Amino acid sequence: MVDILRNYDVIGAFWVTIQLSALSAVGALVLGTVVAVFRVSPVGVLRLLGSLYVNIVRNTPLTLLMVFSILGLTYILHLPFSESASRNAYWWAVVMLSVYHAAFVCEAVRSGVNTIPAGQAEAARSIGLTFGQSMREVLLPQAFRGAIAPLGSTLIALIKNTTVAAVILGTAESAGTLAEVTENEGASLPTFLLFALGFVILTLPLGIAITHYSRRLAVQR
Amino acid sequence: MKSTRIGLVATAAALALTASACGSDDSGDGGSGGDGIKIGIKFDQPGLGLKQGNDYTGMDVDVATYVAGELGHDESDIEWVQAPSSQRETLISTGQVDLVVATYSITDERKESVSFAGPYFVAGQDLLVRSDDDSITGPDSLEGKKLCSVTGSTSAQNVSEEVPGVNLQEFGTYSECVAALVSGAIDALTTDDTILAGYAAQDQYEGKLKVVGAPFSEERYGIGLKKGDTELCQQVTDAITKMIDDGDWQTIVDDNLGPAGYEPPAGNPPTPDACS
Amino acid sequence: MSTESVLFDAPGPRARLRHNILTGVGLVLVALTAWVVYGRMKEANQLEGYLWSPYVTEADVWTAYILPGLWATIKAALVSMVLAGVYGLAFGMGRLSHLAWVRWASGAVVEFFRAVPVLLMMVFFFFGFFATASWLPSDYAPLAAVVVGLTLYNGSVIAELVRSGVHSLPKGQSEAGLSIGLSPGQTLRIVQLPQALRAMLPALIGQLVVVLKDTALGTVVLYPELLTQGGKTLGSAYANTVPAYLVVAVIYIVINYSLTKVAGYVEGRMKRRRRAVVGATTTTMPSAAGGTGAVASSSVAGNPVQTPAEPVE
Repeated sequence: MVDILRNYDVIGAFWVTIQLSALSAVGALVLGTVVAVFRVSPVGVLRLLGSLYVNIVRNTPLTLLMVFSILGLTYILHLPFSESASRNAYWWAVVMLSVYHAAFVCEAVRSGVNTIPAGQAEAARSIGLTFGQSMREVLLPQAFRGAIAPLGSTLIALIKNTTVAAVILGTAESAGTLAEVTENEGASLPTFLLFALGFVILTLPLGIAITHYSRRLAVQR
Repeated sequence: MKSTRIGLVATAAALALTASACGSDDSGDGGSGGDGIKIGIKFDQPGLGLKQGNDYTGMDVDVATYVAGELGHDESDIEWVQAPSSQRETLISTGQVDLVVATYSITDERKESVSFAGPYFVAGQDLLVRSDDDSITGPDSLEGKKLCSVTGSTSAQNVSEEVPGVNLQEFGTYSECVAALVSGAIDALTTDDTILAGYAAQDQYEGKLKVVGAPFSEERYGIGLKKGDTELCQQVTDAITKMIDDGDWQTIVDDNLGPAGYEPPAGNPPTPDACS
Repeated sequence: MSTESVLFDAPGPRARLRHNILTGVGLVLVALTAWVVYGRMKEANQLEGYLWSPYVTEADVWTAYILPGLWATIKAALVSMVLAGVYGLAFGMGRLSHLAWVRWASGAVVEFFRAVPVLLMMVFFFFGFFATASWLPSDYAPLAAVVVGLTLYNGSVIAELVRSGVHSLPKGQSEAGLSIGLSPGQTLRIVQLPQALRAMLPALIGQLVVVLKDTALGTVVLYPELLTQGGKTLGSAYANTVPAYLVVAVIYIVINYSLTKVAGYVEGRMKRRRRAVVGATTTTMPSAAGGTGAVASSSVAGNPVQTPAEPVE
């Protein structure tokens, strides 16, 4: 166990996991909100694009999206982030994690919007706010507060899904490191528990915090 | 209905268990006799062991067929079993296969759980590049080039040690690396030269890829069999020697890896080790 | 649609013009992207006939790779889903038990397996357990690892669904059960669970999408599912990795989209029926938190704001 910690950069790998999680969480939140607004917007083509996005991205395995980002987007469409293959894979992993979870953020925000009484939207319109203004000033702030629980589940899923990035990132992050340790040392229960513990530490407090805040921040009606 | 499904799976599992138990009985008498023989091969390695529909092709398949023939089994008696790298020792020690011919390097560590006959081929870690690319001649010329390998594999670790700071893209499988190599997005792919030659020899890649031919490691491919079965080991070793002596070895290599313009590296054809 | 006007006014002539222009610009952008993708793929030799023709000319492509792969995917998903249902029910009931230690033990197990990535579990159970197990035929080792990984994770999610489903029932249900002399366990089994399970059905179908998609992770333990067979192995055999992955992606999208639609339909039906029966006391199911799927959301209709009183599509 000590050998594994000494010979492999487990801490470094988890640091990459944390970076991937944080960057993609921000990306997914922004992108997901935009898509959610698209899906309820007055413009038909935006609604269509929004629902196409959600239905395609949400129904494709993340593994496939990851492989496509390198094989398809970087190599065939020539959209590299960096000349360095590992940097490029890192940023594409962030983008793909964002893109994938944005579809779930979108649905969470939409479910949040659904918790708002119609009177709120009607009131916003009746005082002359445009669609954009009523979204920004009235609906989205309430929607986020109502959607803390599903947004939180999405965040936790995202943290765990960073492991899927191993298919393009190699040993840089935790699942890739586990694969390397397994290849060299054979699989053992302590090794697995070590990596599992890392994820428990990352996600369990988040889960508790989310339950707490989803109750505290819920809009009382 | 769902319980029926589980029942079916359980029955299938039980049947497979029984079947494999029979298989191990066969190997007990040295693999001779008219009954079937079970041989573990790779199913997804072009040029070595590839399952295409119901056909099996590749160097390992041909070697296995030859050896099985020497042991008295017709081609139709052979049952092919998929032997992924991680399961090869288990397949042998639990008697689910009689032989494993699957790019199986002879190492001291593996000798602790299985016995080897051979080697029947000496491979080495090498580089695969596009055929019009003369700038890469070995690991030393990889500076500033993009290299591809499989996540966590020994070859990826080796090359990181040989060329620190190499621009390494890791993928889940070699076929993804090959697709990227052909499209010009990466410059080289590294692993055993046999695997590389197998890809380069595929019809679709004819004339597009070549193996550099400067191996920087030695992998001695052996035929894995049950630990301590010296009788079987001797029979297989004799078969390998005969295969090399009467020229079939050369034919098999040329047929499967030749189209890539690949020449087996030094040390081939090998002399099989004595069985202990 | 009447509900749409909740969020914005019916567009006037100028707004309509603006929307039309936006629509035009959007379509032009989509066309432009498609054209660039086409050009780049041609340039990278990904559109050559030999890469795509096997899908039409070679029956093996379907009978030896894609269909067996699809079957393996469905098999793993169904077995995992059934086992996850059993596991989820057991531990969900455990978390509702009136014995404190049962609650705690079930809680610890469920929270642990919810926190660990499925990929890690598959890798561990395969390399650490099933790949070297002497009692298991080698063909079944990857399947076993995939099923155990998916069962433990999704079962834990279902356990949470069971728990929150029971919690969301009106209190009167359990009180009524206890008052006619049923034990707490009987109340749970006879009164609360049947109602909670019915309400869970759409979320369960949604979870099936998650399971189906997560079987693709089985590719790391060489389980011959759709991604392995139809992508990797097919790509090796016919030297057409990129087209192979594209085709596999389309198959996944079609299957999962249909399943999501089914879930939405079932949910819609049940909501209508419940509303008719229960009237105003409708309880809403918390949405399931799912695997790589996060939220097993149900309604895919583009309906904006809905007040609880309005019918849901």
